[in-house]
Amino acid sequence: MNLPNWVRAFGRISLWVWAGLGLVFLFTPIFVTILFSFNEPTGKYNYIWNKFSLSGWTDPLKYPELTDALIFSLKIAVVVTAIATVLGTLMGLAMVKYKFRAKGMIGAILILPLTMPEIVLGFSLLTLFVSINWSRGFITIIIAQVMFSVSYVATTVRARIRGFDWRLEEAALDLGASPFRTFRKITLPLIAPGVVAAAMLTFALSLDDFIITYLNSGLDNTFPIQIWNMKRSKIPVQINVFSTALLVISVILAIAVVVGGNRRSRKLAGLTEVSGASLNS
Amino acid sequence: MTVAAVPSRVRRPRRERDGDDTGVSARRWFTPWLLIAPGGLWLLIFFILPLFSLGRLSLEDGGLSNYSTVISDNSTVIIRTFVYATISTVAAIVIGYPLAYVIATKGGKYKNFLLALVILPFFVTYLVRTLSWKILLFDGGPVVAILQSVGILNDNQSILGSPFAVVSALTYNFLPFMVLPIYVSLEKLDHRLLDAAADLYSSPARAFRKITLRLSLPGLFAGTLLTFIPAAGDFVNSELLGSDRTVMIGQIIEKNFGKEFFRPELSALSFMLMAMILIGVIVYARLLGTEEIA
Repeated sequence: MNLPNWVRAFGRISLWVWAGLGLVFLFTPIFVTILFSFNEPTGKYNYIWNKFSLSGWTDPLKYPELTDALIFSLKIAVVVTAIATVLGTLMGLAMVKYKFRAKGMIGAILILPLTMPEIVLGFSLLTLFVSINWSRGFITIIIAQVMFSVSYVATTVRARIRGFDWRLEEAALDLGASPFRTFRKITLPLIAPGVVAAAMLTFALSLDDFIITYLNSGLDNTFPIQIWNMKRSKIPVQINVFSTALLVISVILAIAVVVGGNRRSRKLAGLTEVSGASLNS
Repeated sequence: MTVAAVPSRVRRPRRERDGDDTGVSARRWFTPWLLIAPGGLWLLIFFILPLFSLGRLSLEDGGLSNYSTVISDNSTVIIRTFVYATISTVAAIVIGYPLAYVIATKGGKYKNFLLALVILPFFVTYLVRTLSWKILLFDGGPVVAILQSVGILNDNQSILGSPFAVVSALTYNFLPFMVLPIYVSLEKLDHRLLDAAADLYSSPARAFRKITLRLSLPGLFAGTLLTFIPAAGDFVNSELLGSDRTVMIGQIIEKNFGKEFFRPELSALSFMLMAMILIGVIVYARLLGTEEIA
């Protein structure tokens, strides 16, 4: 209250500077990832800047094991996103729209995987697979990733669709729409933005995950596992090339979805407002 | 009519029944269970059941003595793991809280853009991010060069392999998990409360402590969990940037999970890690005050 003005100004400026440094801290490694995709490493490891080169970009498929791993990762991400989005959305819908016994327990089971270290989740699942003699590979990776993704999807969808006016469904049914048509025309458009956000999150999480996947992958290699296996023999520039390409594609997709989503949600908001008004009258 | 369709054993409190406007489909009591069943079964079989399987395995052969063996064999590693996780969590608060505060309260029309910058690291896979951090700390890299020119490091000293390298990488990797929940809780903050505090002659510092900080506690709590838990279970950062001096619990599990004979003790170690984290979470929730969290 009675601090001199210059002290306050100083405080304000240092807050800005500190926050700016925080952003730099977060951003620098990403910049390094991009920058080092243009490096020409002197040895087998792309750790020290040597000179600018496009060699990684002109020959991205030089290491087939890396390319195969990336394709494998993308396949997994597609399957996991499809399964987890459906399962998680259904759970999120149930948690928002209905009251039922044991709801608190279901909610706790949904949150619990998010509060456990990945190594415990991955290792305990591995002990299950080992005890029933199930060999690890594509299927067990899918199982493991869907397991933790369902929680993320349900939590995201739940947060995004809370407080919606579900009487719109009732209105559609009363007006003679079939349950399927009601779902397609009312429920789906209402929950779509939340579901799309959850699906994108799942896809990113699937590509990103290392620890749980690694423990349950057997001899199959996802992109991160392949990098992990290479760490003692070589870290080629192609790793950075693929990562940069994925980054650019993700950013473009995210922007497209946000821009498209804004347009949609404006339309939907209008719909909800009009129908809400008529329902209330 | 909603009530009539519900079997009597599913009696719900009157308060809920009266306020029940969840729509026509609520007439069928089993509808929510149909929606929950697929995902719920998946979690039951592949999340809950494995935890029991892990617990059972941890007691095989030696029973509870597995735990005492594993604790006495790895006491240094266990303490080190929790020290590293604690330091990186505190560092993430020190860096992340002001960042979240500035974005939420002063971001203006750039709010979403700044938030996107915070999320951006997620678009580069975890291992590659960690490798980029390694490039930054590499001998002859920018950080070493700066620290050597300032005289903090000797000319032949390096950062890689040191606890600093591991803790800084842990902080970096999980920082967005700290920023985002704090941002969410600060964004909901009603600014009229701060105006009221100022009108009532509260100093800005006191208003911050009594209003801003207090109302952002749920975000701080969530952020702490989301940073501390993955940091305590991590093996990637200490494996890629550390040395023998920086071994963490996760590394011991990672190094041995393929060897059959070590399994019961390994299970005991992971079960213990989980239990210690759960206890930590409960104590922390108590310290912060559970009412604010809920």
